[in-house]
Amino acid sequence: MTAGDPICRVLTVDLSHRRFRIDDQPELFSAGLGGTGVGIRLLEDLCPPGADPLGPENPIILAVGPLVGLYPLASKTVAMFKSPHTGNLGESHAGGRSAISIRMAGYGAIVIRGVSSQPVYLVIEDGRVRFRDASALWGLSSASTVGRVIRERESGSGYRSIMRIGPAGEKKISYAGVIVDTYRHFGRLGLGAVFGSKNLKGIVIIGNRTLPTVNPKKYRKVYDEIFHAATRSPLMKKYHELGTPMNVLPLNELGALPTRNLQQSRFAGAEEISGERLAETILGRRLACAHCPVACIHLAALRIPHPKEPYFYKTAMVGYDYEPIYALGSLLGISSPTGLLQLLEEVESQGLDAMSTGVILAWATEAFENGFISTAETDGVALAFGDYDGYIAAVRRIVTQPNEFYRAVGNGAEHAATIYGGLDFALTFGKNEMPGYHTGPGAALTFLAGARHSHLDSAGYSFDQKAAASGEVLSPDAIAERLLEEESWRQVLSSLVVCFFSRRIYTPEVVAEALSPLGIEMDAGALEKFGRAVLAKKHAFKAREGFDVEQVRIPHRILETPTPLGQIEESFIRKALMKFR
Amino acid sequence: MVKRVSVIDVERCVGCQACMFACTRRFGVGGTGGARIAVRSVGGIKRGFVVIVCRACPDPPCARVCPTDALTVRDGGGVVFHPDKCLGCGNCVDACPYGAVFWDDAAGKPQVCVYCGVCTQYCPYEVITLEEVPNDSG
Repeated sequence: MTAGDPICRVLTVDLSHRRFRIDDQPELFSAGLGGTGVGIRLLEDLCPPGADPLGPENPIILAVGPLVGLYPLASKTVAMFKSPHTGNLGESHAGGRSAISIRMAGYGAIVIRGVSSQPVYLVIEDGRVRFRDASALWGLSSASTVGRVIRERESGSGYRSIMRIGPAGEKKISYAGVIVDTYRHFGRLGLGAVFGSKNLKGIVIIGNRTLPTVNPKKYRKVYDEIFHAATRSPLMKKYHELGTPMNVLPLNELGALPTRNLQQSRFAGAEEISGERLAETILGRRLACAHCPVACIHLAALRIPHPKEPYFYKTAMVGYDYEPIYALGSLLGISSPTGLLQLLEEVESQGLDAMSTGVILAWATEAFENGFISTAETDGVALAFGDYDGYIAAVRRIVTQPNEFYRAVGNGAEHAATIYGGLDFALTFGKNEMPGYHTGPGAALTFLAGARHSHLDSAGYSFDQKAAASGEVLSPDAIAERLLEEESWRQVLSSLVVCFFSRRIYTPEVVAEALSPLGIEMDAGALEKFGRAVLAKKHAFKAREGFDVEQVRIPHRILETPTPLGQIEESFIRKALMKFR
Repeated sequence: MVKRVSVIDVERCVGCQACMFACTRRFGVGGTGGARIAVRSVGGIKRGFVVIVCRACPDPPCARVCPTDALTVRDGGGVVFHPDKCLGCGNCVDACPYGAVFWDDAAGKPQVCVYCGVCTQYCPYEVITLEEVPNDSG
């Protein structure tokens, strides 16, 4: 590590006593690098076994890595916590300005502990933490208003990141997210509820500094290679032009786009909500995370007429990505782009995870159609695929919680289905709602066995699509081995907090080259070994908290609806899962 | 003719701040602490960005308010900074209506653009360019 680099500084904020301290932890960062590698070590130490995810003992850990601020596309912050949604490992990644701001404030990690006696937001700078009274912000109806108020009140524009929760986080909905810089999220696994449980409304992080290198000449050379790979080569083109929604049409064509609660895997309305159509008709602006030239963030300019007064309009800028389009579009049978975007805007205002929310509404719709629930449970809302107005009304009730049903729904699809029925068609994996890839056994295994139950853990969806194209048939063991290898390597990327979209740029050799001018010598073999060790630590944490891959529930629906690789066989999945023990 | 960095199409700015990192990297270091260019949102990123950079004024107010001639007028527009003469009063920062005189906290002195154009080589969307200072600028 370069002398004078502040990456090893850990800021610990104690909300209960309103104090903070800064510790140099060089051993922690030489063992864990940053991000996931540091986060899991801190979680292991600071989160007591069996901790209540919504209790003061659950820490919030935000970790960045040594490449942040020095190389492009190293733009993510890793959040680690115990998830109130799954009751197990909580790990969520967000971009925006979050990672750069933490690094520029002079920290490698920020740990938040305890619980505040009243609503508070934090303003974090180099060597200083201010505890700002947030009682007047508590209860605001929209997370975007919270952002606006904090933005105008605090300094540091252009050199800061603003994280905040919406009403869903305050209400501790188990899949409430944290909104980062308006358009990025710690979306999954309920970090928003953990913020809410600590009376923590938001965090502003401000900083500006230089970061030393040990070999400036080599540093600039490696920088240019990575920068030019990101801007001139075709590697990033798909993210750059249409953004992640470029996946809608290929997945639909393949028969892998979950539709109407995965009763089908093709959606007749896919064209209308495709990346191509949205770019042609409603794309209003493109944005980048700090230090990322790719600019994959796409905003729709949604013009909404005033409900009563003619000649009044509101133009909302709604960020859209593949996963929200799947979860709130095809999975709910919504083909109207404006209907989909209005629903997404409501989900954003409430501060819910768009993916979990869509999957829960899809389960509820099928449960409603089958008579498991009625308007008595839904508080008068008739749920029907394609009816976005009904879904908007339901989303508001998920947060206002007028009755027992919505309180159950506030804990996820699996919890609600256990009470009201329809577990076979509740699309959850390890209690986390399904991502938008019904590509085959690889995807299913990623969702089931991936440490975060995220499609990004080991990208089984990508192996499936390659197998569908090549005709290659893999055994359960062979698929499991590939997924474990991929997930292990991704621990390296998420420890360096490099965006997964740039994984084809940041190969093991490039990572080794990039670290060297920063005084970190690790060759490709050492990096791969490191990745396996981080994954083992995550698995150990999960086992400690009661996860058992042999007990994991496979939702029956994924076995019924064919994938591009045919019907998924339960015996195949169970056999492959044995490799993850 | 002398050069300056000019913002030619701010609507294409995506806010990546690659220019700020490029400016700082001239010294072989990372971060944004050495940047003499800044990108920030127009009151929330949904409305886009402003790019702040020295316009190379023919009669620069920053130089006029400098009590020690640490900032002198460059022939053709803009300023040249002489750190040995600087007292660190900060008058120059207050005088620039664009906020294009930056501050180096560690040195306690201003940081001004040197019109090298390195930032423009790293702008992926041609928001900024290195151009000749027009005769009628200011």
